[in-house]
Amino acid sequence: MSILKHMLAAAVGAAALAGLSASASAQTIGFSQVGSESDWRTAFSADMKAEAEKRGIKLQFSDAQQKEENQLKAVRSFIAQKVDAIIIAPVVVTGWDQVLKEAQAAKIPVFIADRAVESDPSLFVTRIAADFNLEGRLAGAWLAQASKGNCNIVELQGTVGSAPAIERKKGFEAVISLFPNMKIVKSQSGNFTTSGGKEVMESFIKATDGLKDVCAVWAHNDNMMLGAIQAMKEAGLKPGKDVLTVSVDGVPDIFKAMLAGESDASVELKSDIGKYIYDVVQGYLKGKHDYPKWVLIPSDLHTPADAAEMLKKKGG
Amino acid sequence: MRLDPPAALQAPTRRPAAAPKFSEWRAFWPLLALALILLVDAFISPGFFTIRLVEGRLYGSLIDILYRGAPTAVVALGMAVVIGARGIDLSVGAVIAIAGAVMTELIHAGMSAPAVLLATLLVSLICGLWNGALVALLDIQPIIATLILMVAGRGVAQMIDAGTIVTFRSDFFSAISTGRLGPAPSRIVVAAAVYALTWAAMRRTALGLFVESVGANAEASRLTGIDAKFVTISTYLISGVAAGIAGVLITSDIRGSDANNAGLWMELDAILAVVLGGASLNGGRVYIFNTLIGVLIIQSLTTSILVSGLPPEYNLIVKAIVVFLCLLLQARPVRQAVSGMIWAKRT
Repeated sequence: MSILKHMLAAAVGAAALAGLSASASAQTIGFSQVGSESDWRTAFSADMKAEAEKRGIKLQFSDAQQKEENQLKAVRSFIAQKVDAIIIAPVVVTGWDQVLKEAQAAKIPVFIADRAVESDPSLFVTRIAADFNLEGRLAGAWLAQASKGNCNIVELQGTVGSAPAIERKKGFEAVISLFPNMKIVKSQSGNFTTSGGKEVMESFIKATDGLKDVCAVWAHNDNMMLGAIQAMKEAGLKPGKDVLTVSVDGVPDIFKAMLAGESDASVELKSDIGKYIYDVVQGYLKGKHDYPKWVLIPSDLHTPADAAEMLKKKGG
Repeated sequence: MRLDPPAALQAPTRRPAAAPKFSEWRAFWPLLALALILLVDAFISPGFFTIRLVEGRLYGSLIDILYRGAPTAVVALGMAVVIGARGIDLSVGAVIAIAGAVMTELIHAGMSAPAVLLATLLVSLICGLWNGALVALLDIQPIIATLILMVAGRGVAQMIDAGTIVTFRSDFFSAISTGRLGPAPSRIVVAAAVYALTWAAMRRTALGLFVESVGANAEASRLTGIDAKFVTISTYLISGVAAGIAGVLITSDIRGSDANNAGLWMELDAILAVVLGGASLNGGRVYIFNTLIGVLIIQSLTTSILVSGLPPEYNLIVKAIVVFLCLLLQARPVRQAVSGMIWAKRT
């Protein structure tokens, strides 16, 4: 009787194992997301889910609600479930070594998406992310062409000390430094907010006597530019005509401004980046192991020419 | 303009017959600080004091100070009343965000603009009532009671906006915030109206007396027959509505409700303005004119930094140093030393 019981148990166990291996061939990937603190983040999560479904990936999605401890818990549960790969969009840069070692011990490859981590690079396969510096360079290159290399620029910086503000500024300056007649004449922080952009722009307008000799406004994000556009209009100036505008993000309202002829260019911060991430993860699982430590997600710049199309895509 | 303390609270000593020394005038030191900041501006930006008409409205850095300072002024006037009754309202920034979110939501719901305005102010009044009830009825310390709404309120606003920046178009609200009345920007007129109302309520009705009396000694006030609970709740109602008005101005300014940033840290600017005006957080006095000077000090500082071309990394440190110097100027030992020097020179 007891022997029969054991045999039965073994048979059930074997069946369960067979079932597991069948679903494992469909690739189970654990994804620990930061949370849903911004429109961009929410769109990014939705795209990760949609793209996984398209590719037949079984996605274990975990929302960390912006707490690292939740992310650590999620990653540990992914390890316990023996997923095929783990993707982490980290909340913060530090504190990852221990859990990454646990994943390595369980032989599960880890991929970092979006923000960087400060840990031993051998503990994860690669980071897949856009480049703030590239966004700045792209904006600078567009402006160099649009102004034919002659331009006095006023700059609305993001929050002082934040990575996007530092890198976008550096990238932009790297390009305009190639042109002797392009220079930043005023630069202040608008804290990435619409009201900040508006207030700073009002002071720039006063300090430059109505933007005399200023050919362009460069803002580290679209929200500040939207504020700056309002400030210019209220001072009787015509943004997009009297002065060129270029900013970063590609929010729906900046495309509306482009269609109204009040904005000239915006570098898109892509949220549909699932395809770039899964390409790398699936490539790695198929045996391609020579990825660089940072796989770049390309950036696009948009102008009034494709603003209507972009606005439709963004659901504005 | 001399703002006398209410007669009932004055010490029974006789007033000096001769006019008091200029440096004893309560607005003297805050005005001196403001004048010094503007003096520096004259050097760093030659066109700072130029005011001209552009498209029918006043235009210039000085107008910018009044224009940008208007929402802070409205909040600070409410804060001055609360502090006068020995309270504090940390929730004003969050109430600004809530007012903005409610207003935007109602505009999108298709309500008429004046109705939206009334409903928004009603919501901010309820926020004030919540604070007042916690402080006066449940006897929770003001700093803790208003901290609850400060933290939760921004969350409520984010919830109403569903985590996004919701934009709108409304000629009515744009006219209130960014339009003009004659050559004057309309928000300056709004702030002036709030100033006049606050002044009237505090100086021309019994409420002003009661507020300062409760602030000086709540128990003694109660024993003299003042309904201290009612007075306390009233101060939070005033502060709530003031924050609501500021919320309307700020939200209409960018034509969108930004729950994460609207009114962020505004409570600190408002408290600072009251203190720069020479009021004590221990209550007992409501300085209306001086609070306005405090707001102008803070805003002229911000505008000066923006106009100066200083790298943004230095913004906060410069602001901190100047605020420190302004407060130092108001410290009694320093005042006496400075007065002593001036007096010694004269003789």
